[in-house]
Amino acid sequence: MTKALLAVVGAAETTQMGTIPNLSQIGLQADAALNACRDAGITPQQVDGLALAGGNPVDLAQYLGMAPAWVDGTPVGGCSFLMHVRHAAAAIRAGYCQTVLVVHGESGRSRIGKPPPPFTPDPTSLAGQFEAPFGGIVPPTMFTVPVLRYLHTHGLTPAALAEVVVAQRRWAALNPRAKFKEQLTVDQVLADRPIAWPFTLPMCCPQTDGGGALVLVSPERARDFPGRPVFVIGTGEATETGMISQMVDFTTSRAFRASGRAAFDQAGISHSDVDHLMIYDAFAHLPLYGLEDLGFCAPGEAAGYIAAGHTSPGGRLPVNTNGGGIAYMHSGMYGMYVMQECVRQMRGIAPAQVPGARVSVAHGVGGMFGAAATLVFTNEG
Amino acid sequence: MKPQGRLMPKITPETSHFWQGCKEGKLRLQRCDACAHTYFPPRPFCPVCAHDRVSVVVASGRARLYSYAISHIPAPGLEPPFAVAVVTLDEGPRMMTNITGCPQEPGFLALDMPLRVTFLDLSDEVALPLFTPEGAA
Repeated sequence: MTKALLAVVGAAETTQMGTIPNLSQIGLQADAALNACRDAGITPQQVDGLALAGGNPVDLAQYLGMAPAWVDGTPVGGCSFLMHVRHAAAAIRAGYCQTVLVVHGESGRSRIGKPPPPFTPDPTSLAGQFEAPFGGIVPPTMFTVPVLRYLHTHGLTPAALAEVVVAQRRWAALNPRAKFKEQLTVDQVLADRPIAWPFTLPMCCPQTDGGGALVLVSPERARDFPGRPVFVIGTGEATETGMISQMVDFTTSRAFRASGRAAFDQAGISHSDVDHLMIYDAFAHLPLYGLEDLGFCAPGEAAGYIAAGHTSPGGRLPVNTNGGGIAYMHSGMYGMYVMQECVRQMRGIAPAQVPGARVSVAHGVGGMFGAAATLVFTNEG
Repeated sequence: MKPQGRLMPKITPETSHFWQGCKEGKLRLQRCDACAHTYFPPRPFCPVCAHDRVSVVVASGRARLYSYAISHIPAPGLEPPFAVAVVTLDEGPRMMTNITGCPQEPGFLALDMPLRVTFLDLSDEVALPLFTPEGAA
């Protein structure tokens, strides 16, 4: 493994999760930021770098009483926060700032201080002209469109998607904060209410309120903070398309492959080094694409790997150990929670702790296969 | 209350030839004068080689069903269930569309089935390119 790029010295989610009627979106962001700062033993006034998506970092800086020397508002969807971590590594190395807060907070369910749905695309945009008129408007009718081609190519059925739900509900049952803990069978998942065939309701994420934040410093400063540091040793980012219809190959994400490769190469790790994996799952197909595009499974083999129990509790590669976006929570931009679970696992404090885990990978998607970001964490520094 | 129609495209200078073609019953693509790459959606340069001399070409209107999801969620101007589909044109590019002239059920929507373009007139400026199974009335 290579030298650490960053140390995570503070990590926290919002005090509450799920339905939070007493906080607006900026209030959720502040709650998460203050919790992460307390975890690091500092205040926001001691932080000189701020990254935020789902709002303007200028507004949050003022709200928290910060005067940052560096800000990043890269907004590529749910994996923005993973990209912010990558960008923060470069900024800290360049000397632009010393301590970075990466913040997410979203009133995805209560929608307080957030524009109401449905969010229709700008009618002059290419998606607005060439996708929205055909009903490709909301994630359940866009993100799902490639999947039939994937299933057809590999001779699979919708049961492949149901297996993902069954496996992740096992993890959710171990997590007190998970929204959906009920155990389901493949048949029950397939018989549930159709949302966008072949997707049924349990294959789709809920919309909830919540947030999270990380405090990042150079690895050299990690020991100045009270908690057990977690190190970032590899990072990757990539984009493909803002139009799902223009994804090059519906059976594989170019952005997933490029981002994953960059992160693994930078970390100097191979797949057998990975003890724990988080794959952003707004919908049940993403762990299939993620396992294959990151190189853990050959094309078409992820569903069988999951059905065999390899990603479930006790399996050889625990995946989405908080229950995932489809069972834990999903505020809209879920990437922050992927990283929070990686940090908990590396600190050894996860509700469903993977015994002895040393290397954890976070993989996020932005938009509908629009962008990707990958991070490699370790607790060995 | 009047039922809401489909979300309407707002035509931009770079896309006007496409939408004008649809009103005339023609599916217009662009082809690079340098590398002969045929592409969609419209833009005034080649996305493969960046050459800025490109020609408008009329597609055959033949396509095959690449993938789809059958939405059970209402969308403006579309009554569930309806398939949000992506087709591969014979010329190579892919586009999102709806499949018309057949039930919106998996048994009637086989991947790779041959399709041909048909145009749904929506306004003085806009006709949407939809696709129907080859051989359907």
